[in-house]
Amino acid sequence: MAVVPLLTLIIALPFAGALLLLPVGNRDNRRERFFHVAALAVSLVELALTLVLWTRFDATRGDFQMVERIEWIPAFGIQYALGVDGISLFLVVLTGFLTPLALLSSWGSVHRKVKEFCFFMLALESAMIGVFLATDLFLFYLFWDAMLIPMYFLIGVWGYDRRIYAAVKFILYTMAGSVLMLVAILSVAYLHSTATGSYSFSYEALLALNIPRALQVWCFLAFAVAFAIKVPLFPFHTWLPDAHVEAPTAGSVILAGILLKMGTYGLVRFAFPLFPDAAAYFAPYLAVLAVIGIVYGALVAMVQPDLKKLVAYSSVSHLGFVVLGIAAMNVQGLQGAVYQMLNHGVSTGALFMLVGMLSDRRHTRLITEFGGLKSVMPRFVAVFMIITLSSIGLPGLNGFVGEFLVLFGAFRWDWRFAAVAASGVILSAVYMLWMFQRVNYGSVTNPKNEGLKDLSAREWWALAPTVAMAVFMGVAPWIFLQPMKPAIDRIVSRMADAQPQRVVSAVVGEMDQVSPQSRGAGE
Amino acid sequence: MIGPALNGVIPVICVTLAGLACLLAEAFRHKGERMPIAGLGLIGLAGAGISSVLLWGRRAESFGVVVADEFGLFISVVLIGIGILTIVLSPGVLEREGLPAGEYYGLVLFALAGMMLMAVANDLIVIFLALETFSLAVYVLTGMRRDRLQSTEGAFKYFLLGAFSSAFFLYGIAFIFGLTGSTNLDAIGTAVAARAMSANPLLLVGMGLLIVGFGFKVAAVPFHMWTPDAYEGAPTMVTGFMSTAVKAAAFAAFARVFLSTLEPLRADWTPVLWVLALLTMILGTVVGVAQNNLKRMLAYSSIAHGGYLLVAIVAANEVGKASILFYLAVYAVTNLAAFAVLALLSEHDRPCEDLKDYKGLWHTHPAVAALLTVFLLSLGGFPPMAGFVAKWYVFSAAVRSGEYALAIVGVLTSVISVFFYLRVVVMMYMTEREGDEIVPRPSRTAMAALALSVLVILYLGVLPTRMLDLAAASISTIF
Repeated sequence: MAVVPLLTLIIALPFAGALLLLPVGNRDNRRERFFHVAALAVSLVELALTLVLWTRFDATRGDFQMVERIEWIPAFGIQYALGVDGISLFLVVLTGFLTPLALLSSWGSVHRKVKEFCFFMLALESAMIGVFLATDLFLFYLFWDAMLIPMYFLIGVWGYDRRIYAAVKFILYTMAGSVLMLVAILSVAYLHSTATGSYSFSYEALLALNIPRALQVWCFLAFAVAFAIKVPLFPFHTWLPDAHVEAPTAGSVILAGILLKMGTYGLVRFAFPLFPDAAAYFAPYLAVLAVIGIVYGALVAMVQPDLKKLVAYSSVSHLGFVVLGIAAMNVQGLQGAVYQMLNHGVSTGALFMLVGMLSDRRHTRLITEFGGLKSVMPRFVAVFMIITLSSIGLPGLNGFVGEFLVLFGAFRWDWRFAAVAASGVILSAVYMLWMFQRVNYGSVTNPKNEGLKDLSAREWWALAPTVAMAVFMGVAPWIFLQPMKPAIDRIVSRMADAQPQRVVSAVVGEMDQVSPQSRGAGE
Repeated sequence: MIGPALNGVIPVICVTLAGLACLLAEAFRHKGERMPIAGLGLIGLAGAGISSVLLWGRRAESFGVVVADEFGLFISVVLIGIGILTIVLSPGVLEREGLPAGEYYGLVLFALAGMMLMAVANDLIVIFLALETFSLAVYVLTGMRRDRLQSTEGAFKYFLLGAFSSAFFLYGIAFIFGLTGSTNLDAIGTAVAARAMSANPLLLVGMGLLIVGFGFKVAAVPFHMWTPDAYEGAPTMVTGFMSTAVKAAAFAAFARVFLSTLEPLRADWTPVLWVLALLTMILGTVVGVAQNNLKRMLAYSSIAHGGYLLVAIVAANEVGKASILFYLAVYAVTNLAAFAVLALLSEHDRPCEDLKDYKGLWHTHPAVAALLTVFLLSLGGFPPMAGFVAKWYVFSAAVRSGEYALAIVGVLTSVISVFFYLRVVVMMYMTEREGDEIVPRPSRTAMAALALSVLVILYLGVLPTRMLDLAAASISTIF
């Protein structure tokens, strides 16, 4: 263990800051500004810490680093175990990156119960980072569930008109999926106790376990449903548009930017490596759902009259790419999937902020209410343009790299998936550009839009980092791809090791990879 | 001096004496004179607590019918905790409702004495005696608000059905006595094990009758009919008290009789309890969803929690056997505190029981709303509250015993239950206040007691190890 338990510090800092805010009085909301600034300061320190984590990260290793391990509940072999590898590192950094932006973007819209808002935002950040860093399944599940409470309040208290419905739907959907995962976790731990004589929820210990096929199937299904709901994978996506639309801007940014990634992260980290045989068997089914999600999400996004709903459905489509990359079970697919998680966090986070800024100004998000903004808010539209292109996947911006890798990985597995998924890229250009055109081009038809103010300095600060990031991740992807490579190799080899007789695949031939399809076909 | 024979019942004696003192104090009190009667009760409970700790690990036996083993003492300490919390939270409520303090505290203490006796009893007759002692006290407590129709109705129902179930219980004892020649649990256990009597239908009948008796007291479906009415009719503090203490005591004897004495017949009683657990979990949560009255909703939720405790009994094994004790302790604190919030927010002529009474509570009573939220989330099994660890423990025991069906129904019903717990949270946080009735502010003592409960809940949720080990060590004495 390091001298300074950096990972614990990263998890604890936002929550500690949140607790410190609580006793400060806020009668009549007089200290609104203080809380906004204080929460932002805490999240910026947190960002700095995550960057420190990145600099201290050894990019050549694929296993967990900076591991912290303390016996917690010895009766069950439960440990307080944290660790970071190339996959979780960037998701932690992404969380650290988006939270201050989300807080900053809320300055204009949250004026009610600001202290509590900041408290829940920071508590949420702690829980999310905990999910990414936990290497003990009990701890993981604890953070996974605990994260629901602050998000529930964020949607329910500070959301829009149908917020209560959306909040309750969000929490019940997620819980319904995750409790079955709880039973699966317990059965795996029980298996560990029969195999070795002691309970363990440690990820590494369970990886080493030889789980029989029948159990793998059930456990994989339980895990996959829990994560698929979170992603959300078609047909489990219906909570998402509600939650996104009703959540306050900051909530949507976090929800789209990070929370959804917890589902795909769970697939990459737990469901696939822990149950490789079942994963290979179910991968084609997941891929089918993912591809349906890509096309369906895009088509539904196209016809949305509400900007926020459009972005929400575009998330369904984009996350379909991520799941497809994971289901391909090869290095390119997984790399693309993880990279696409980061991209989506940056560009969709920024899109939600942009929509939030429009909604702050006009208190409506209907596309028909806008038009011709280019002449009124040129800077805003410039940022909007870059982010839109990044979301579409224009080469040179971040979205391209991820989508390309995913499609490449999918193609190596089964070209049909890649072909259908590629149509999603075209569709995304259709709905995004069409929306962009209707909102920003043409003449100002609605007189209410004539006096709109362009970006304020604060909004500029909230958006600029995402634009910089979109460009940076587009031109220098190796900075991110290289450190995650060893961890991804490890996961891929883990999945390959499970069934060594299938390493030589008929489809790929000379490649040292496993084709999930051939595995699936072998069942 | 009777000497060491009394050792095992010292805690019970402490509580009984305190109860008598309360009654006497009430008798000597002049009208309008203020008297710290609650203090007497607290002193008695403190004495009982200290003596329980001192008795720990000694296995003091009294008169051959009481064995103060760690299992019994663990439950006793939980009961003492419930008692202390009840007494600390009650004064404001009593004053508001105009209830006679001496009688109230006296009855609470007598009930506790009976329950503690039940926890350490090692003889079916003494278990029955203890059951009747606390039941009578609780019947009266239920009907304490004589001017309320609901209260009287609830008490009457409870009494009639309770008396009926006691008869069942007694009948069961008679059968078992007739077959084994003893009412002593150890003797019965030996006889049952030695003669392999599982084939004897009369023994099974006796066992079934015992299940009916216990099932009634722990409000297991289908013996739960009295619960919603009695819980709703009773003064809210009493509801909190009976939904926790009665369950703790009844489950103590339940576990002792079935896990220890009737262990050889496990294959016979497991299916019965399995069905009861399943029905109890499902009905408690499903009907709970339909409730708009918070008190009734918590009543159904208590039924559901009884179902989880039954799962713990069915699934009791080497690893998960302590889950019942841990769950009971956590449930007791949480549920009592939740009911206490309801009681503290009510007024004499305007009970704060309907869901809509909680609209916008956050804006007027932020601290109370936060406390109630913690209690409800803990009941719903959210981390990092203790309810999460408790459920985790029970379900891991179920999985360990191969009872996957129970575990899955258990987790799914917890999700459903989250729905109705969250309805309250929605009301408190996400809606605006209507009307201008002023909800009373709980006293500082009461708030401190609730805050302490929250600390206990968080402590047990984050660092449960000590309590888990303690529970495991305790239950090892019977099973």
